[in-house]
Amino acid sequence: MATQEVRYTVTDVIAPGGAHEHIHYPGEEYAERIEHHEHGPSGILKWLTSTDHKVIGLSYMITAIVVFYISGIMALVMRLQLTSPHSSLLSFAQFNALFTMHGSLMLYLFAGPFAFGGLANYIVPLQIGAPDMAFPRLNALSYWLYLTGSITMMLGFFVAGGAAQFGWVAYAPLSSATSSPGAGPDVWIMALVLTGFSAIFTGVNLCGTIFYLRAPGMTMWRMPIFTWNMLVTGILILIAFPVLTAALVMLFCDRHFGTHIYTAVGCLHVNGTHMASCGSPLLWQNLFWFFGHPEVYILALPFFGIVTEILPVFSRRPVFGYKGMVFATMAIAALSTGVWAHHMFTTGAVLLPFFSFLSLLIAVPTGIKFFNWIGTMWHGQLTFNTPMLFSIGFLFAFLMGGVTGIMLASPPIDFATHDTYFVVAHFHQVLFGTAVFAGFAGVYYWYPKMFGRMLRDNLGKWHFWLMFIGFWVTFMPQYVVGLLGMPRRVASYPSNLGWQSYNIVSTVGAFIIGISFVFLLVNFFVSWRKPIPAGDNPWDAHTLEWFTTSPPPHHNYTHLPPIRSERPTWDYNHPEHIVVPHGRSARSNGHANGKVKAGV
Amino acid sequence: MKVESLFLIFLGAFFGAIGLWYWFWGYEDGGSVMLLGATFLGFLPGLYYFFWHRRFHGHKYFVVGKIKTVGDRPEDHPDAEMADGAGTIDSFPGSSIWPFVMGMGAFTLVLAFVFGSWLAFIAIPLILTALTGVTAESRRGGNV
Repeated sequence: MATQEVRYTVTDVIAPGGAHEHIHYPGEEYAERIEHHEHGPSGILKWLTSTDHKVIGLSYMITAIVVFYISGIMALVMRLQLTSPHSSLLSFAQFNALFTMHGSLMLYLFAGPFAFGGLANYIVPLQIGAPDMAFPRLNALSYWLYLTGSITMMLGFFVAGGAAQFGWVAYAPLSSATSSPGAGPDVWIMALVLTGFSAIFTGVNLCGTIFYLRAPGMTMWRMPIFTWNMLVTGILILIAFPVLTAALVMLFCDRHFGTHIYTAVGCLHVNGTHMASCGSPLLWQNLFWFFGHPEVYILALPFFGIVTEILPVFSRRPVFGYKGMVFATMAIAALSTGVWAHHMFTTGAVLLPFFSFLSLLIAVPTGIKFFNWIGTMWHGQLTFNTPMLFSIGFLFAFLMGGVTGIMLASPPIDFATHDTYFVVAHFHQVLFGTAVFAGFAGVYYWYPKMFGRMLRDNLGKWHFWLMFIGFWVTFMPQYVVGLLGMPRRVASYPSNLGWQSYNIVSTVGAFIIGISFVFLLVNFFVSWRKPIPAGDNPWDAHTLEWFTTSPPPHHNYTHLPPIRSERPTWDYNHPEHIVVPHGRSARSNGHANGKVKAGV
Repeated sequence: MKVESLFLIFLGAFFGAIGLWYWFWGYEDGGSVMLLGATFLGFLPGLYYFFWHRRFHGHKYFVVGKIKTVGDRPEDHPDAEMADGAGTIDSFPGSSIWPFVMGMGAFTLVLAFVFGSWLAFIAIPLILTALTGVTAESRRGGNV
C-alpha cells in the first residue's frame, strides 16, 4: 500500500482499503491541512483494480500500441505478398483474413482507443484540473471491455475456418452466414460489440468529465484545444457507435436467428416494387457508414487536438485563432455526420449532390485549421524537438490525404477510382497522418509527464525521419498504381500491366516504416534503463497538466494555479508576459489571444 | 453551463436542419431516422443544461414560490478563485475489482453466443456478482 502526502486536495477518506475518497478543491480553510491516505493495492492487483484514470489511460495506450505493432506486421506480410504478381507467400483466404484483421485492428482497436481511451483518459482530467474521470468504475469497465474485445478479435485466427475475410466494413451479403460461414466472422462481430460498448462508455465519461469536473475558472472558452476536441469526439462517439453496435447485433441475428434484415431473400415483389417487409443489403451500408464516417473524425479530431497542443509550445506562441479552431472542430464534427453515403456513390442508390456537397464543405473548416496551425508557427521561435517534427510531419501527411479526399468527394472521380489503390493511398495518408504522426507526436510530448523521464531526442528523430521517408515511399506509388487501375483487396494481379514496380517501391517504403518503429522500442528501453529526469514542465508548456508533478500524484493536484486564460501554467511561470487589458483587473484577465505577449 | 447547452443545442439544430433537407430531397428513411436520432441527442441534454443554466440565474420552471439564485458555477465564472469551489467535489472510488469482474462476465457472455450457451452459466453469475458488488461498494462508500 503506497502512502502519499497530499496537501489540501484530498481531505477525507471515508472507507479504509482505498474504497472512497471525498475530493475537495483547495479552499482557504483547507490550505494548511495535510492528509495521509492509502491508495489501494499495488503490483498486478493495482492494474486489475485501479480506477485511477492515469492507470487506465496507460493500460489503454500499452494495449493499443501492442495492437498497432501486431497489425503493422500483418501489413508488412501483405506488402511482401504484393511484390510479385503471383506470389505464393499467402493463400487468397489468408490474404483476405489479413487485410480484414489489419483494418479492423488499426481502426477499431488501435487508433480510436489509443486516442479517446488512452491519451484522452490520461490527459483530459489533468488539463481541466479534475481529480479523475467523472465515472471511474465505468472507465475501468471500458478498458476491460476494450481488452477483451481485442482478445476476442484475435481469437478469429484460432477458430476453425480462420478469421473473418470480409474486410473491415463487413458488407452484406458477403458477411452473411452463407458467404462467410464459421466462427471467425462471429468472433469479429462480438469483438466489435464489446469494443462498441467500451467506446460508448468512454464517450459518456469524457462528456461528463468535461461538463462537470472542471476546476474553478476553467471556463469552456479556456479549455485546451485537445480537451475541446475530445469533447466533440465524445459527442461523435455517442452519435456513431450505438448505430454500429445495433447494426452488428442485427447482423448476428441475420447469421444465426433467421432474420433477413440485410438480405433480400424471400422478398415479395409486386409489379417490380419491393414490399415493406423486405430486407436490404444497402441498409447495412447505410448503418455502417453512418458510424464509419464519423468514425474517421473520431480518429482524426483527437489528433488534431494533439497537434494544436504541440505547435504553440514549440513555436513559443499562443495558439492562433483559438475560437476559430473550436468552431472548426464543431463544424467538422457536425458535417461528418451528414456525409456517410459518399462511401456509397457507386451503389447508384444515394443522393449524389447532397453527399458530395456536404463532403466538399468539410474542406472549409479543415482549411481553417490548417491556416491556424500555420498562423501559430508564423513568426514563432520554432524548436524542432521530436514532438514538433512529428506534428509538422502530420501537416504534410494530412494535407496530402485531405486534398485527395476532396477529389474523392466528387462523384465522377470517385466512380473512376472507387475500390482502387488510389482510395487505399488516400485513407492511409489521412489515418497515418493523424493516428500515427500526430499520435506518436503525443507520445513523445506527454511521455515525460506520464513517467517523469525523457525520451531520447536523437532516437526520436531517427524514428521520425525514417517514418517520414517510408510514409511517402509507401503511399505515393499506391496513388499511381490506383490510377492505373489496380483494385484493392487483391492477393495477385496480372503481370503485364506494369503494376509490379510500384508495388515493389511501396513494399520497400513499408519496411522503412517498420524499421522506424524499432527506434521507438529502443527509445522506450533506453529511457527505462537510463532515465533522464523530466521535471514537471520540460517543454515550458502552457496547459494545466504541466503544472503538476511528473508523474502526477493520486488525484492529480496538490494545488492549482489561478486559471485566467487557456494557458494557466504559462501565466503562472511567466507573469512578466501577462498583459492586462485596458480597463480590466489582472484578476479578470480573459483569453490569452491578443492579451498575452507572444512569449520568449 | 450556458456554453455547454448552446453547444449541444447547436448540434441538435444542425442535425435537424440537415435531416429535414435530406428527407425532403431524398425520401430515404434509414438516414433520415439516424439524423433524427442525432437531433435528439443534441436537443435532450442541451435543453436540460439550458434549463439548469436558467434556473441558476433565478428563472422559474415548474417551481412555485421563491427560488435561490446561485449564478454561474465556479467553472463557468471567468473570475473564480480556487476557494470559490471549496468543498466536496465528488466521491471517487480508490480502487475496485468489480469492473474487472464485470468485464470478464461480458467477455464470457459474448463468447457464449459463438462457442456455446454453456458459457453463459459462467458469464451470468459473474455479471450478477459484479453488479451486486459494485452496488454494495457504492452504498458503503458514502455519497455516491
